[in-house]
Amino acid sequence: MQAPIEYYLVLSAVLFAIGVAGVVIRRDVIVILMSIELMLNAVNLTFIAFSRFMGSVEGQVIVFFVMTVAAAEAVVGLAIVISVFRFRQTLDPRDMQLLKW
Amino acid sequence: MAADYVALLPAAQMLVAAIVVLVLDLFTPADEKGVLVWTSLAGLALSAWVALRFRGAEGAFGNTLLLDGFAVFFILVFAVVAALTILMSVQYVRESGIREGEFYVLILLSAVGMIIMASANDLILFFIGLETMSIAVYVLAGMWRSRAESAESAMKYFLIGAFATGFFLYGIALIYGATGSTHLDRIAEALGGPQAALLLTAGVFLVLVGLAFKVAAAPFHFWVPDVYDGAPTPVTAFMAVAVKAAAFAGWARIFLHQWEPLRDEWTPAVKALAILTMTLGNVLAVTQSSVKRMLAYSSIAHAGYLMIALVAGGEVGAQALLFYVVSYAAMTLGAFAVVAALKADDREGAAYADFAGLGYRKPFLAMAMSLFMLSLAGFPPLAGFTGKFYLFRAAVAAGHTDLAVIGVLNSLVSVFYYLRVILMMYMQEGGVEAKSFRGAPYLYAAVGFTAVATVYLGILPTGALYASLGAIASLR
Repeated sequence: MQAPIEYYLVLSAVLFAIGVAGVVIRRDVIVILMSIELMLNAVNLTFIAFSRFMGSVEGQVIVFFVMTVAAAEAVVGLAIVISVFRFRQTLDPRDMQLLKW
Repeated sequence: MAADYVALLPAAQMLVAAIVVLVLDLFTPADEKGVLVWTSLAGLALSAWVALRFRGAEGAFGNTLLLDGFAVFFILVFAVVAALTILMSVQYVRESGIREGEFYVLILLSAVGMIIMASANDLILFFIGLETMSIAVYVLAGMWRSRAESAESAMKYFLIGAFATGFFLYGIALIYGATGSTHLDRIAEALGGPQAALLLTAGVFLVLVGLAFKVAAAPFHFWVPDVYDGAPTPVTAFMAVAVKAAAFAGWARIFLHQWEPLRDEWTPAVKALAILTMTLGNVLAVTQSSVKRMLAYSSIAHAGYLMIALVAGGEVGAQALLFYVVSYAAMTLGAFAVVAALKADDREGAAYADFAGLGYRKPFLAMAMSLFMLSLAGFPPLAGFTGKFYLFRAAVAAGHTDLAVIGVLNSLVSVFYYLRVILMMYMQEGGVEAKSFRGAPYLYAAVGFTAVATVYLGILPTGALYASLGAIASLR
């Protein structure tokens, strides 16, 4: 017997919320990046769940696109992190005060 | 399903141009990089020509990528904006020690993403365009590698952008679940029938939040001043104009056109966002001491004005939106170009005090800057006035008189900080030396072009208004 779709949706919503909370609360750029990845993967789970329950392959194809984009984003993100680190020797966003919020 | 890829041609042509410039860069000695500028400009022109030539071609990939009049309109806007950005960055880039070839390549690549955004008739394709654009612009913001502010700006832009992407994507997933497709046509069909209302509403609002981040609508605007301030000035201009135009293109196609049946659900939210965005942008702009930051807040305020058109909706609202995008592009690009002209080796020269006495040292730049400031504030007979006139008229026609009133009051507030720049240029002494015509001919060309466009769109708006109307009418 298959688990009902609500289970998957709730799980991915919870994962997404954890990701959002991580971005908002955590004070390390690398952890924030990981939280963003968590958000994207929660979305992937939603796509796959819908795709499976609707019997359409579209959602699964989309996941490949999302993963590719996430990989490209991670590459650029880490490069930017390194270029900031060269100036600052820290990755705490609170120290990034050159430009006042 | 016939394989007709013609609609893809403008984006493909732009991509080819980017690759050509990238390879050419390898074989060009350091003192002959000017050829890269001309190659990039030729690529942009060719892409615009291809778009015009094949306007109305059959949609590619099962109608997920369209080349209707609406897409062509925005492709032309992106091509011109990218060309002007390249022109204003030539000297800037050389002085800052930014790798020239890569800089142009990234601008062309982000233009590819924008073209896809304007042509996409499928949420996933739109998302891919959005990311292609964003990733290139993240890098552009951090291109001035010897400057800590630039790196910090790139970091903040990246984190906020990626965060917003998450929301946007989650919205797409929920809409996919509710309607069974990401194709906008099929979603629109599903809207007529029975549907999972809760999922759909949640999805629509998440997509709305994702787009609001991209156009810098309050309360999702907090990153803008920092990012715009730290990035190299031509990149700031590109972000403020092209990125915003691309996001509004998506907003117009997705929300105004395809999700028309859902109007009652999202209009109140967008209306609240518009009021908040206009007011916050203008009030905070008053308190700034840097012209570059002031322009950042001003771009937030203008995003608010543009959202008035979304609330007004219908053909009149959409026409006002497209026309205002063009006017806003002309005057904002011009203003940032003048700021870029004040840069000396390592200093940005973007404070109000740096503008002092510019009217005597560089009369042409000061006159052009005065034009842009007056136009941004909405003085007739300049582009900003005509654009605002149509925006507010659309709002009143749609029964949102309150929005029009708030918009006019906001314009009054904005006069204060825009005129301050003019006051500094003509009434004060001191300030920094600006680039001369001889030293920066490309930059002067960009300033001249935008100044002429600002006046032209103000006095003779008919052509642009008809083009906007044609673009809207071509949406099916």
